[in-house]
Amino acid sequence: MFKILKYCFFDLMRSSWSYVYFGFYLLLGIMLLFLNNDLSKAVITLMNIIIVLVPLIGTIFGVMYYYNSKEFTELLLAQPLKRSSIFLGQYLGVAFSLSMSLILGLGIPFIVYGLFKSNAIWDFSLLLIVGVFLTFIFSALAFNIALSHENKIKGFGYAILLWLFLAIIYDGLFLMSLILFEDYPLDKVSLIGTMLNPIDLSRTLIILKLDISALLGYTGAVFKQFFGTSFGLIISFSALLIWVGLPVMRIIVKSKKKDF
Amino acid sequence: MKRTFLIVLLIITTCFASATTITICEAGCDFQSIQTAVDSSKSGDSLFIKAGVYKEANIIIYKKSLHITGEDGTIIDTQNKGYGFSVEATDIIIKNLTLRNIKISYTKEYAGILLFKSYDFVIQNVTVENAFFGFLIQKSKDGEIRNNVISGQGTAEADSGNAIHLWHCENVRIINNDVRRMRDGIYLEFGNSSYIADNYSTENMRYGLHFMFSNDNIYENNIFEANGAGVAVMFSKRIKMFNNLFKRNWGTASYGILLKEINDAELKHNVFEDNTIGINADGTNRISYFENVFKNNGYAIKVHGACYDNIYTRNNFLHNSFDLSYSGKLNSNKFENNYWSNYTGYDLDKDGIGDVPYRPVKLFSYLVNRTPESIVLLRSLFIDIINFSEKVSPVFTPENLIDNKPLMHQASW
Repeated sequence: MFKILKYCFFDLMRSSWSYVYFGFYLLLGIMLLFLNNDLSKAVITLMNIIIVLVPLIGTIFGVMYYYNSKEFTELLLAQPLKRSSIFLGQYLGVAFSLSMSLILGLGIPFIVYGLFKSNAIWDFSLLLIVGVFLTFIFSALAFNIALSHENKIKGFGYAILLWLFLAIIYDGLFLMSLILFEDYPLDKVSLIGTMLNPIDLSRTLIILKLDISALLGYTGAVFKQFFGTSFGLIISFSALLIWVGLPVMRIIVKSKKKDF
Repeated sequence: MKRTFLIVLLIITTCFASATTITICEAGCDFQSIQTAVDSSKSGDSLFIKAGVYKEANIIIYKKSLHITGEDGTIIDTQNKGYGFSVEATDIIIKNLTLRNIKISYTKEYAGILLFKSYDFVIQNVTVENAFFGFLIQKSKDGEIRNNVISGQGTAEADSGNAIHLWHCENVRIINNDVRRMRDGIYLEFGNSSYIADNYSTENMRYGLHFMFSNDNIYENNIFEANGAGVAVMFSKRIKMFNNLFKRNWGTASYGILLKEINDAELKHNVFEDNTIGINADGTNRISYFENVFKNNGYAIKVHGACYDNIYTRNNFLHNSFDLSYSGKLNSNKFENNYWSNYTGYDLDKDGIGDVPYRPVKLFSYLVNRTPESIVLLRSLFIDIINFSEKVSPVFTPENLIDNKPLMHQASW
């Protein structure tokens, strides 16, 4: 598995897409810091972008990579290799290379602008951790979709739909249900609702760490009470881990049964 | 004629003769104790307290006009035994002193200086350290409190007092004081026609400045920074608030200024910066908001119910998360000629006024008002999308809540 991982990783490292992705974050980081010079403000803006873009790129890249390397995969399948290690290796290769682009692309400008001397370092590290989690979650989901659909167009369609659902539609439904049941106490419900969607969960985790959390008022206090404790933090990170774990399990199961 | 002249001369000379200066020092003068000096003085005398530490508490001045002055290093340490000075007299001056370690009590309001029914008083250059209450001024009139520094060590609202507390007072000038780490910085309870200027109030647990049932006051050029809840103006009429800076009052229950049951007030040239809520208005009528700056606040203005006939003109709203949050109907409040940094309209005739009206209430702030829990979706992409679509074609936000003549450039004055 590690050999395949290494193979995919270096294959991706050589591909221009990784450089584009890396360059994009590098440019973004530099621009943000150039424009407002304030590390903690830049973290907020960055959060808005990471929450939306990382899942999108993870999904599209995952699906694209799977379909592109289909012939190579089939070649590998002919070898005496375990199926799970082939697909897991590919998945991890994609996820690692995307995460690396993200970490390096954002990390370099921030370090140059004096991250280590600033107290935004914890917010920033949380941002990166969340970004890495989102990359792993969404590329796993993308692999799932690609494994289930031979048809490329269908696969891409479902992948984008998935992103659209988790990034936008989910929040819409969430908001609707909150308004629909506004006569009932909703803080627990909203807490659960946030936990169920990795994008919402990541956003909440970061917002609560920033000054802006004071805007959340009473609901924010409930959230802070939950996420502020180590118990809440453990729960939310386990939720993220489950979001990685379940799709990965499905990759293994699906790849074993799949007829190539 | 000659006789009257002589009588007048006699009166004048006796007057001057009677006003003596009594010196108090740690050793070597007539008096070592302030209280004994006060007891043996006559009305109109001056007391001069030389530098040194005086371990005295509850110094009582009763119906004697005294001018008490200290010098650099005159320290009265009450050793947590009670009041510093407890005064009931007219024409009283207390100057250049340091008071220390005022007793904390849950039943009595121990203060550095307590004035009761005192008229024409001056408290100047007094430092109160480790204060419970700083100056507690009751039923007094025509005084001046200037250049004092008051700081406390309280940890909770219950075991700390107010720096300058006026109760049933009139015509008091509170100028250039520095108050910090108390419960309220300056508190006027039934305090009328007073003037509060150039004070710096910071790190107080509750309010930097607090008005209750106090009418016809003016406060200007003050700085209120990082107080627990900000500044509260409640149940008062005709308050003028000019040129104040409300800054960094940040927390889940904080605001720059809370206006509750306020009528006929005037806010002009104030700056609200980095507050969770710039102005929290509840039951306010006929208030003019003119040329204020709202910058980087969570909410610039949050209007609750029962606000009638308020006018907002020429204010600058710069980069607030929400410019305005509004409950209920418009109730004849008027927004005109404000500058909104979120305004995206155009100005074809170049008269400096945008051709497209601006709606300061975003759909999201309307939703949050309705269902407070929906605030968890703050900064979600979905929210940006619905805000945008609402901006393009308003459906939910109040139709007449609108600035018809938004400025294209920041108002300057």
